[in-house]
Amino acid sequence: MAKRTPAGTPTDVTQGSRTKGGIGESTLRPDGTLKVTGEFAYSSDMWHEDMLWGHTLRSTVAHAEIRSIDTAEALATPGVHAILTYDDLPTEVKRYGLEFQDTPVLAHGKVRHHGEPVAIVAADHPETARRAAAKIRVDYADLPVVTDEASATAEGAPLVHENRDDHHAGHVPHPNIVHRQPIVRGDAAEAAKRADVIVSGEYVFGMQDQAFLGPESGLAVPGEDGGVDLYVATQWLHSDLRQIAPVLGLPEDKVRMTLSGVGGAFGGREDLSMQIHACLLALRTGKPVKIVYNRFESFFGHVHRHPAKLWYEHGATKDGKLTHLKCRIVLDGGAYASASPAVVGNASSLSVGPYVVEDVDIEALALYTNNPPCGAMRGFGAVQACFAYEAQMDKLAAKLGLDPVEFRRLNAMEQGTLLPTGQRVDSPAPVAELLRRVKARPLPPEQQWLTAGEAADVRALPGGLSNTTHGEGVVRGVGYAVGIKNVGFSEGFDDYSTARVRMEVVGGEPVATVHTAMAEVGQGGVTVHAQIARTELGVAQVTIQPADTRVGSAGSTSASRQTYVTGGAVKNTCEHVRERVLEIGRAKFGTYHPAWATAELLLESGKVVTDGGEVLADLADVLEGESVDLELEWRHRPTQAFDLRTGQGNGHVQYSFAAHRAVVEVDTELGLVKVIELAVAQDVGKALNPLSVLGQIQGGTTQGLGVAVMEEIIVDPKTAKVRNPSFTDYLIPTILDTPTIPVDVLELADENAPYGLRGIGEAPTLSSTPAVLAAIRDATGLELNRTPVRPEHLTGT
Amino acid sequence: MDFLRPAGWEEALAAKAEHPTAVPIAGGTDVMVEINFDHRRPEYLMDLNRIGELREWAVGDEHVRLGASVPYTQIMEHLRTELPGLALASHTVGSPQIRNRGSVGGNLGAASPAGDAHPALLSAGAEVEVESVRGVRRIPVEEFYTGVKRNALAPDELIKAVHIKKASGPQQFSKVGTRNAMVIAVCAFGIALHPDSRTVKTGIGSAAPTPLRARVAEDFLNAALEEGGFWDNGKVITPSIAKQFADLVSGACNPIDDVRGTAKYRRHAVGIMARRTLGWTWEQYRSAGTTLEGAA
Repeated sequence: MAKRTPAGTPTDVTQGSRTKGGIGESTLRPDGTLKVTGEFAYSSDMWHEDMLWGHTLRSTVAHAEIRSIDTAEALATPGVHAILTYDDLPTEVKRYGLEFQDTPVLAHGKVRHHGEPVAIVAADHPETARRAAAKIRVDYADLPVVTDEASATAEGAPLVHENRDDHHAGHVPHPNIVHRQPIVRGDAAEAAKRADVIVSGEYVFGMQDQAFLGPESGLAVPGEDGGVDLYVATQWLHSDLRQIAPVLGLPEDKVRMTLSGVGGAFGGREDLSMQIHACLLALRTGKPVKIVYNRFESFFGHVHRHPAKLWYEHGATKDGKLTHLKCRIVLDGGAYASASPAVVGNASSLSVGPYVVEDVDIEALALYTNNPPCGAMRGFGAVQACFAYEAQMDKLAAKLGLDPVEFRRLNAMEQGTLLPTGQRVDSPAPVAELLRRVKARPLPPEQQWLTAGEAADVRALPGGLSNTTHGEGVVRGVGYAVGIKNVGFSEGFDDYSTARVRMEVVGGEPVATVHTAMAEVGQGGVTVHAQIARTELGVAQVTIQPADTRVGSAGSTSASRQTYVTGGAVKNTCEHVRERVLEIGRAKFGTYHPAWATAELLLESGKVVTDGGEVLADLADVLEGESVDLELEWRHRPTQAFDLRTGQGNGHVQYSFAAHRAVVEVDTELGLVKVIELAVAQDVGKALNPLSVLGQIQGGTTQGLGVAVMEEIIVDPKTAKVRNPSFTDYLIPTILDTPTIPVDVLELADENAPYGLRGIGEAPTLSSTPAVLAAIRDATGLELNRTPVRPEHLTGT
Repeated sequence: MDFLRPAGWEEALAAKAEHPTAVPIAGGTDVMVEINFDHRRPEYLMDLNRIGELREWAVGDEHVRLGASVPYTQIMEHLRTELPGLALASHTVGSPQIRNRGSVGGNLGAASPAGDAHPALLSAGAEVEVESVRGVRRIPVEEFYTGVKRNALAPDELIKAVHIKKASGPQQFSKVGTRNAMVIAVCAFGIALHPDSRTVKTGIGSAAPTPLRARVAEDFLNAALEEGGFWDNGKVITPSIAKQFADLVSGACNPIDDVRGTAKYRRHAVGIMARRTLGWTWEQYRSAGTTLEGAA
């Protein structure tokens, strides 16, 4: 079958390198220049002749019975090719989901949150599709909403999902609780008696959005074999595939998925958005269908970070040692489960932070409510906990009269520490050292807004160009925080990846081709894969093939795991390819030199060399007329589920640690904040690409700053409707809000991980937020138990 | 949606008379957002970009005549001396890309209480020149804003220019947003000293259904300055006068609670901005030989 490939789909990227270009070098990313100059093809740029445009009709209310859907007038609109509702779904599988299959492809009988998909339209023009969707008449009968723990678990509360059949349904205390994970170790009540001081607090974390710049989009092309080719921006092709194929009634090999240009993800693309809808419309109409959400729809098209309420109690002795922790973390999962169970697992198991506390009584749970569904976002449950426990550390230090950094160092976890889950930390955990490093940095100069002339440089002041202060009311504050994030999928998940590597001679040069299904969402994985192939195979030229489902699963681009797991898979396959190449070499040339049989052999600079550096053969000669092509799966160490009652279990693979020091200027009269500097220290195990490491740390730090001072999706508590679904009112930091971010990188190898590396993408997002909050508290003396901080909180208005 | 592209001003007026529902578009920084978000679907769009004279300005003895489509960037670059308050306000509009296209005419046409130009126009003193096939009229800017996103334009009228009084003393503009750049106003405040008439004028943005002057505060301050001989002796304004002025400015606000901020905060913040900007402008007035440009 002649395959029609749409314009704007990815192609092979060959990366040469004049230097060795192996791991540890800051080789440049192949997509960098294209993105900066606007030439990179994102998924929203794809085009196919004869394609139709899909549009989604979404609920205008949060919780309602659907009495009827009338599509007649909409269908009569010229240019409309199809309108589908729940009744048009082709198979018995009508729901999907990451962990529970609780999400209807299109609403059935009722809607459970504002913006839920109700009907989909395909038309020959996007505007036609939009207008036709507006003509669909949906008769809603409002139902009462549940929006928080009190309303969700009240006597007679409406159930968000009746007749739950998921694997957590049996053990949760209420059907509106998705999952609950207690962790009990030691005796917190008894240990509390040893405490000289006890502090407690209730903390609130607002709903953050991933705010990726490339909205949800993709293109489904019907195949002549009855299957479909789907080009889409996602985080995990095979997870999508597993959810899509049954709804379409197709075997997985007839749903051929290719990753198209992804404009950021941060967890927001783990769940399906337009994938099934585009495929359904393409199969129904027999035409390619493209769906692109606009920014407004994007706010409804993906899950958000769980807002949380966290209640914490710690005790400490006079000499500054923590005695116990009691905490209760309530995450709002919204209307569908998404990744909520795993977020609960993370929040509970990491609720203690990077500290030694032997006696704990921990409980974390996620609610079902009629609020927008929440799921994966960078930091994944660990972010909310870090915000609370770091506030507690400062309170304890203050109460004990100790320096906040000194108090943390006294309680810092280290290699060998036992976590509340009973798992031993078996690789470096330089928590105290990271804190020491950020504290040792000189502070940025005071009053940087003063200039040689008489005018203040307002860019260095709170309010910036809005010109609200020339120094009046401005007070500086300094705050510290440190966090712990797990790397990889936890709790017994089979978290493998697959890499296919081919080695051959092209034009007289040895070339490696790497093929994985890893979603490049901007993290730089494609750069790192080429570096690994160069290091392991001694070639200069590496071709990275587009990610698709012709190769085995790479797992998700999330949980800071891709360099570890798919990087590990590429390394592993390369090692096997190398062995095959050497076997070929031995067969061809083994008789020419005894070292072929006796020495440790390496591939370097296009040659087979001994570990002593003696050249035995050119790779081009070894591979002449041959090629080696292997596809292998690779796994990290297995993990275990947490016990449902005690939370005990070796649930995590690896940990990642970062510490921040924030320096802020606060306009205490207007309640405006300028973050001047966010210094970071992070242990990365091994920096495979130091420049990318820097980018990840600075980006994560900035995302943490965002939720400290501005980023929040505001949901009306009475109606459960989203009030600010736009970049006019959902603010993310601009470059003027982004401080200087000096980064101190430690490389303490984790011997269990490939090259000793540590997943790095999330840790900086954890500690950034509480460090900024601590600095604002330092400047204002206010308690500030909520993030993001708004001017109202700082001015009592 | 029909797209009208008049080649000149007379043709635009004729088209507007024929199609009074036509929405004029110049930079498109507001209208296009409304269309993209599906907030409105005008029957006709009228593109004013072929009318070059709307992008021109002229500096006269008393006033600057600012064409309706002159982009904010031009104001910042060329009119800082004559219109320092408006230049400061222009600086806070959106991003560089938005400032290259957005214009005061657009702010007036949209008449959003959050428009950044309004407090500067109110405090400087301005008249809006509007025209239709029936003729020209000039509307004092105070009377131009008639309600939330409503203005005094008749359906067949177009905004041609704004006549803004040239600064005879220091001017300031402050705006609160919850981001340090590229942010819509939670509330804003403009102030202009007019030593020629020994008056101070103000403008409040985003803290009432329309932009407005804090007239009671102005009257109080003008009387206090006169009484104390401040215009002549150049003394520091006493804290009690500044505080009362700020309180009266706060009192002039009639804000709402919304997703961007509470009414209480807006009233509070406008008062703080009033006190600070009065201090800055007065300090500038006192120090001889200083430029009239804003500090930013």
